Amino acid sequence: MSTTTDTTAAVSHPRGRQRLGDRIFSGGATAAGITILVLLAGVATFLLIEAWPAITAPAEDIPGGEGLFRFILPLAFATVVSALIGLVVAVPFAIAIALFITHYAPRRLAQSMGYLIDLLAAVPSIVYGLWGVSVLAPASLGVLQWLEGNVGFLPFFEGPVSSTGRTMLVAGVVLAVMILPIITAITREVFLQTPKAHKEAAYALGATRWEMIRMAVLPFGRSAMISGSMLGLGRALGETMAVTIILSASGASIFNLGLISSASNPTIAANIALDFPELSGISVNALIASGLVLFAITLAVNMAARVVINRRREFTGAA
Amino acid sequence: MTTATASATEAKRVEVSDLDIYYGSFHAVKSVTMTIQPNKVTAIIGSSGCGKSTFLRSLNRMHELVEGARVEGSVILDGQDIYAADVDSVMVRRQVGMVFQNPNPFPTMSIGDNVAAGLRLNSRKAKKDELDEIVERSLRGANLWEEVKERLDRPGSSLSGGQQQRLCIARAIAVQPEVLLMDEPCSALDPVATLAIEDLIGDLKNNYTIVIVTHNMQQAARASDFTAFFNLENSGDPGQLVELDRTDTIFSNPENKATEDYVSGRFG
Repeated sequence: MSTTTDTTAAVSHPRGRQRLGDRIFSGGATAAGITILVLLAGVATFLLIEAWPAITAPAEDIPGGEGLFRFILPLAFATVVSALIGLVVAVPFAIAIALFITHYAPRRLAQSMGYLIDLLAAVPSIVYGLWGVSVLAPASLGVLQWLEGNVGFLPFFEGPVSSTGRTMLVAGVVLAVMILPIITAITREVFLQTPKAHKEAAYALGATRWEMIRMAVLPFGRSAMISGSMLGLGRALGETMAVTIILSASGASIFNLGLISSASNPTIAANIALDFPELSGISVNALIASGLVLFAITLAVNMAARVVINRRREFTGAA
Repeated sequence: MTTATASATEAKRVEVSDLDIYYGSFHAVKSVTMTIQPNKVTAIIGSSGCGKSTFLRSLNRMHELVEGARVEGSVILDGQDIYAADVDSVMVRRQVGMVFQNPNPFPTMSIGDNVAAGLRLNSRKAKKDELDEIVERSLRGANLWEEVKERLDRPGSSLSGGQQQRLCIARAIAVQPEVLLMDEPCSALDPVATLAIEDLIGDLKNNYTIVIVTHNMQQAARASDFTAFFNLENSGDPGQLVELDRTDTIFSNPENKATEDYVSGRFG
């Protein structure tokens, strides 16, 4: 009924007076959009203002006594390395699981697997941290020793192996488990939407199921695979609790590549969580400066993902 | 390619006998027996829902992509029943190509890669220069070469609808099938593009056996050598083959009253 009334109203007011519902909706949407921008700007401003004293402070006042750059670099390095390990481990698994759910599993199994994966995303990160410390770390010792013995000539796998297993590698694997559900969920949704026309085109050429997936499903899901991975990477970069628990025993402020030794640096987020309660004065500003760097890394990662996605836009059919 | 007739190759005959097609418990097509002549164009006409698309898709087992689909009867291509237990549907589709209602080039591939897509599939890897040659030959065969030869690396979606459909035909013939199925290939195209496709169909039959489903009876009359009329007695009944004959006979002097009503526009 209301539609009919609206139509007549529109006809009798050709100037197009805006309807109340439209105004409320567009106003609400605009406000939400602006709020995001304001929040982002607010966070950036806060970080800059709070970090400024540390940026301008003399080098010997910064924890470690060698300046802000020397303070943050090992942390930033550890952050990127742990997140990358997580990503490298998680992405192939996530895509394989998404493909299995969408194209291989019988429908009923696929559905319950989907729920299970979503459940994984709901597990609090501290639980993953505890699992990493008490199960994965001790269980990984054998693998770590094997790595040292067989590929120990690589700087990543240089000994001595940690006796507890609480290493960068284990932290990365725990991060992988944490970001697996989000990448799986996003790619699965998009794989499901692969146009039937493209799938039929592949099958009609005599493609097997795997060839069809390579010709139609994966290219269609490409941008989703990238953006899902970036979301996962963002979460891995910022993850605090799990990494804090696993790497808390260390805290060596030297710049190292070791993934299996116990002398790993904490990540930026883990370091903030560990040190914030105990520090005061300029050291707090230094921590916040490290937070600013984390913010910048995350921003850069997301922008890089945009660039990758846009580069072949005209080939996606969206152009 | 100017002497297409001279280079004509003998395509394969398709013999369908007592074919019944089901989707789950739904009986879609009932006991079709017909012979599809080699190097001829066979048009399938009939009202919506009479099972002509389903029948067409059963000729290269594409209908099996729908869950619960099954057939009874046989479809014999070159002496081999494509529904025999030891025949892989993938191998059937490599011999029986298909062009769809809406042009469906792969959006992430260039024009050249679209044509080469079928050739890059596992079991028939081709060399680079060989590939270029087949791409050119297929595009020439689809009357598209002159229009796209300068921009083979552009996306397929940059072409017009009619060009995209000819690109899809080039992609289908690049793998040199025996039979080419076309499911209303012109229904999304304007009259000029439609005419271009119909001309192309006339050329293609020199090398392929062609089966085309169409809603457009002028198209069937213009482009085909044989016409099969499908109908269903009541809605919900399975579709059946009513009559198959030379196209001029079907349109001038059909045996069956229902066929006459349909082709003269008096049906229902």
